[in-house]
Amino acid sequence: MKAADQKRLLREMIFFRRFEERCFEAYMEHKIGGFLHLYSGQEAVATGVLEMIRRGKDYVITGYRDHVHAIKAGAPAREVMAELYGKETGSSRGRGGSMHIFDPTAHFMGGYALVGQPFPLAAGLALACKYKGTDEIAVCFLGDGANNQGTFHETMNMASLWHLPVLFVCENNQYAIGTRIDRSTAVTDQYKRVCGYNISSSQHDGQDIDTVMDAAAKAIEHVRSGKGPYFIEFLTYRQRGHSMSDKTAAYRSKEEEAEWARRDPITLYRDKLVKAKVVTDADVKAMEREVSNEIENDIVKFAEESPVPKVEDLNKYVLDDNPDPRWIGPLQNP
Amino acid sequence: MAELAYWEAIRRAHDEELANDPMVIAMGEDIGVVGGTYKATSGLHQKYGEKRIIDTPISENSYTGVGIGASMAGMRPIIEIMSINFALLALDTLINAAAKIRYMSGGRVSCPIVMRTPGGTAHQLAAQHSARLARVFMSTSGLRVVTPRGPMEACGMLKSAVRCNDPVIFIEHERMYNMREDVPETEFFRPLEGAEIVRKGTDITLIGYNWSFVLCMKAADMLAKDGISAEVIDLRSLKPLDRETIRRSVEKTHRVLVAEEDEAAVGTGAEIISIVIEDCFFALDAQPVRIHAADVPVPYAANLEHAAIPDEHDVYKGALKVMGRI
Ligand SMILES: Cc1ncc(C[n+]2csc(CCOP(=O)(O)OP(=O)(O)O)c2C)c(N)n1
Ligand SMILES: [Mg+2]
Repeated sequence: MKAADQKRLLREMIFFRRFEERCFEAYMEHKIGGFLHLYSGQEAVATGVLEMIRRGKDYVITGYRDHVHAIKAGAPAREVMAELYGKETGSSRGRGGSMHIFDPTAHFMGGYALVGQPFPLAAGLALACKYKGTDEIAVCFLGDGANNQGTFHETMNMASLWHLPVLFVCENNQYAIGTRIDRSTAVTDQYKRVCGYNISSSQHDGQDIDTVMDAAAKAIEHVRSGKGPYFIEFLTYRQRGHSMSDKTAAYRSKEEEAEWARRDPITLYRDKLVKAKVVTDADVKAMEREVSNEIENDIVKFAEESPVPKVEDLNKYVLDDNPDPRWIGPLQNP
Repeated sequence: MAELAYWEAIRRAHDEELANDPMVIAMGEDIGVVGGTYKATSGLHQKYGEKRIIDTPISENSYTGVGIGASMAGMRPIIEIMSINFALLALDTLINAAAKIRYMSGGRVSCPIVMRTPGGTAHQLAAQHSARLARVFMSTSGLRVVTPRGPMEACGMLKSAVRCNDPVIFIEHERMYNMREDVPETEFFRPLEGAEIVRKGTDITLIGYNWSFVLCMKAADMLAKDGISAEVIDLRSLKPLDRETIRRSVEKTHRVLVAEEDEAAVGTGAEIISIVIEDCFFALDAQPVRIHAADVPVPYAANLEHAAIPDEHDVYKGALKVMGRI
């Protein structure tokens, strides 16, 4: 990989971290409402995997922890922030919020609150890619907890049976809210769970973005070349609570958190690039400043200054707002 | 005109829409090689191949989700669920996903699916095969719900449902698949919205949909023998409801009865009576009556089943009550 790209990736991850932390602050200021799930600590997974897809062509779908996936897939960060602020300029026009970022122009097909629901939707996106005869694929990011839903098993079966071009990315951060994986799941290695469906799978370190990119490239190639679905598991850790109300103390130790903090994906990559003389500490400092400024003076500013949706538009988007009377009618009674 | 059975009309709509648009596919349990439990897709697997007529595993929630996902990428799947009872397993993808994706994406993503399913009681199928459930979908924003009363409507409305950009719940009826009717041989469409006054009358308005509409028509014949002129409305669309047609009819007849095969609680009848009260209370000359199923799981024994489900005599007697004749 070229030095310029490595620098760009480091900057992106720094950006994503700052973006999420800025969301935290905005939430504390009551600028953002609802449930807010931050991605801090897991950046290498979405950044690395989505670096390797054809952005804007391949379909991407995920759960509620979706800001970073949306932005990396191509959704403008300004619009994602404006969505969190409940503004008309938001990705979903202020109708979705944090958990429901959509950007179909980037082929980012949404964040969903129902744990496990994106599995079949992803398979459907993949079915459409295959049906149309393109070599586009669908990429579905979900957590470890989602694999205990019926949709996981039902979808793995169909995806395999029909050789659908779908990549399932399991972000195993070892907890579903406060339930540690071994307390909910009989087989803790998630990649082993798809064997029963004859799906190729593997498990990797999710903190090292180079590892993520290598593994993702192979998995994507498998899927794109028509060999059927692939299930890739990354071991990772969320640094913050599950959502804003969760303080983590009830279910995990400070030691464990410190252990994973040492394997922070941004620190790991920064150290690697400094060592390889791709960047200097001063470069990184400058990057951090730049990113902060951009988020503050462009992205947050845009969100702050954007208008809220009009109350008159409450009933927009429920059904097609410009339906074809040939199909819809209404029927006229004489 | 050609006489078609209800199931043949549905089959024809599939056939025409599959021929018209390559983005149309059909999916469901045993719809392909077998041709569907009620033959509604028979022969289509042979004609269009397994790429377009997809036999699915018994995974209602997820294969419905697959259809929804495909629709988000431009396809128009017709999803069959063998019985509306099994649609309960698909409520997550139907109600939490399909119904809400347009809204929560700010109108940027749509889900043009049709979910077809037979709802209603048939002959001694017992509690787990006799659900009606129209009200579950009727109370969900973001869905359309339609219920064709016969072959003509079934064919024309299914074609419209496929072309419409919203998720459509298309509720058929197990008792109606063999009902026959003359249908135009040339292509035609029936709109998804609007109730229809199928029989004009002056003394009382009888309101029903699919099977309960059939009961209303039979009751209207019986009432005619008593010199009572009943106007019969087929609701056709349960979501959105056509308040205007209901109001105009009740303002003319001043009396109203609603028939449904569901249990009464929180049901279609309750909604229609509310509309009448809100929109034309002062036009009423008599208390409205609801005809509905007993509040019990549908029993197996034929006599009990019969007692649990309304028939045309119940509608007739209910109408006499509204008329003050009993
Ligand atoms: C169907 C459903 N059940 C329960 C919840 C509540 N819930 C939200 S997130 C979550 C944990 C999911 O954990 P995991 O899949 O590992 O994802 P993570 O949050 O760790 O990224 C639960 C139980 C939900 N949103 N949807
Ligand atoms: Mg988890």
